[in-house]
Amino acid sequence: MTDRDYNFAYLDEQTKKMIRRAILKGLAIPGYQVPFASREMPMPYGWGTGGVQVSAAVLTPDDTLKVIDQGADDTTNAVSIRGFFERTAGVATTTHTKDATVIQTRHRIPEAALAEGQVLVYQVPIPEPLRFLEPRETETRKMHALEEYGLMHVKLYEDIARHGHIATAYAYPVKVEGRYVMDPSPIPKFDNPKLSDCPAIQLFGAGREQRIYALPPYTRVESLDFADHPFEASKADHPCGLCGATDSYLDEVITDDAGARMFVCSDTDHCEDRQPRGHRGKDAA
Amino acid sequence: MRDTTDTTDTDTALLSVRGITKRYGAHIGCADVSFDLFPGEVMGIVGESGSGKTTLLNCVAGHMAPDAGEVIFDTRDGGPRDTVTMSEPERRMLGRTDWAFVHQHARDGLRMGVSAGGNVGERLMAVGARHYGDIRDRATDWLTRVEIESARIDDRSSTFSGGMQQRLQIARNLVTGPRLVFMDEPTGGLDVSVQARLLDLLRGLVRDMGLSAVIVTHDLAVVRLLADRLMVMKDGRVVEDGLTDQVLDDPQHRYTQLLVSSVLQA
Repeated sequence: MTDRDYNFAYLDEQTKKMIRRAILKGLAIPGYQVPFASREMPMPYGWGTGGVQVSAAVLTPDDTLKVIDQGADDTTNAVSIRGFFERTAGVATTTHTKDATVIQTRHRIPEAALAEGQVLVYQVPIPEPLRFLEPRETETRKMHALEEYGLMHVKLYEDIARHGHIATAYAYPVKVEGRYVMDPSPIPKFDNPKLSDCPAIQLFGAGREQRIYALPPYTRVESLDFADHPFEASKADHPCGLCGATDSYLDEVITDDAGARMFVCSDTDHCEDRQPRGHRGKDAA
Repeated sequence: MRDTTDTTDTDTALLSVRGITKRYGAHIGCADVSFDLFPGEVMGIVGESGSGKTTLLNCVAGHMAPDAGEVIFDTRDGGPRDTVTMSEPERRMLGRTDWAFVHQHARDGLRMGVSAGGNVGERLMAVGARHYGDIRDRATDWLTRVEIESARIDDRSSTFSGGMQQRLQIARNLVTGPRLVFMDEPTGGLDVSVQARLLDLLRGLVRDMGLSAVIVTHDLAVVRLLADRLMVMKDGRVVEDGLTDQVLDDPQHRYTQLLVSSVLQA
């Protein structure tokens, strides 16, 4: 079912080589944003052009690909990117986290623990964690180079001053190996602890912003906080309505016009894996 | 009045500026400017628009690289060091610890979208403060010292009046206890009663904290109130310098005479 009119995984070999060089540099300097010559992809910016290019550069014919969008395997973005690589690379695809060798994700880290040999590719809209506080790229690059990260704490300070606690719930800034401050992409802060000491390789691609950064396996990643307002991974305080899990990140789903709602695992694979094993939530049919 | 005749004794100077020159193509920004600043001393630089006083200040404060010259600062740890040839991380570190820079326009020196407390706290967090309660206490303390109600700590600085923004900028700069403050027209654009209060505040802070300061202004009344010594600039060069009262009461150079006689008598 591979479309032979395309080179393997859509991009030409020179481009993949260029992207791989950026990935290697990123892995060598964890958390550092490496500029790369992002290509036009057959999808709009903001739909994962960065992640797709990184996936295309790391895929081999033997890989098994999984694509998730906010944790789900069956949403538009996930289905079309999976279809894209089925057609242009002919690689096997799966929805099972543990069977996949390359997982492209938008805004979640799978609940199942990742293993050595797996690659997690994040789609990143805005790679610069300091961007909303300092609009000048020249200035933010200097701040990274000189480790001037006071401004990042100003953002957290403002959160506490305004809301009484750190209200940043996603894209929560982290410090990598005590050096670079990094945007973990808009994953919920619930997922932040999973970034650290992860056995899998984590790659981040921002297509429109033309940046790639990376975390090699077992990298120390700390979420920024204050001594008297420590970081807290938070989630909705409910069990999953379908599988009853109490330790997974939940989506709130409105079920009718009267405001009835249910909470379900955002990681569909995790939820579907648990249900046949006898785990039932209160809303399970 | 402090004895300033002994300016050859560079061992004790906090800041020694030697032969600072900056050209913009064929045009001269400032040429061959030298002066010493001693601990606790306030130096005024006056001159008309385009005389090179802001260029000089930016070169000395490290915001701009001079074409020639040295700026030797008596650092806390390393003794006298030339800040022009110092590495950029070291210079920027000075810029947020021992040095402070008060801009003419508060919006150049403040983050307008950030609360007053955040603005004051930024320098503390930049040097490693990580305790929210402590940062807030020090911000509150400094807001009070510059006469801003502590109830306004969470208001964005864009909601403050011009005079309050300028006072907030001063609090933000002084919170880390700098030893040297650069000020570029600190009272520019403020109405006279607000100017008077700001000058009063500055004078108090300079005395209390034993600050050394370099103040650039075109307002002779400001230097008369604040500065111990005065330098008069014209076309990028220093034409006259000396004790403030001496220069203003008995100007020697033609240009200084013109400047002093141009002040409107109220």
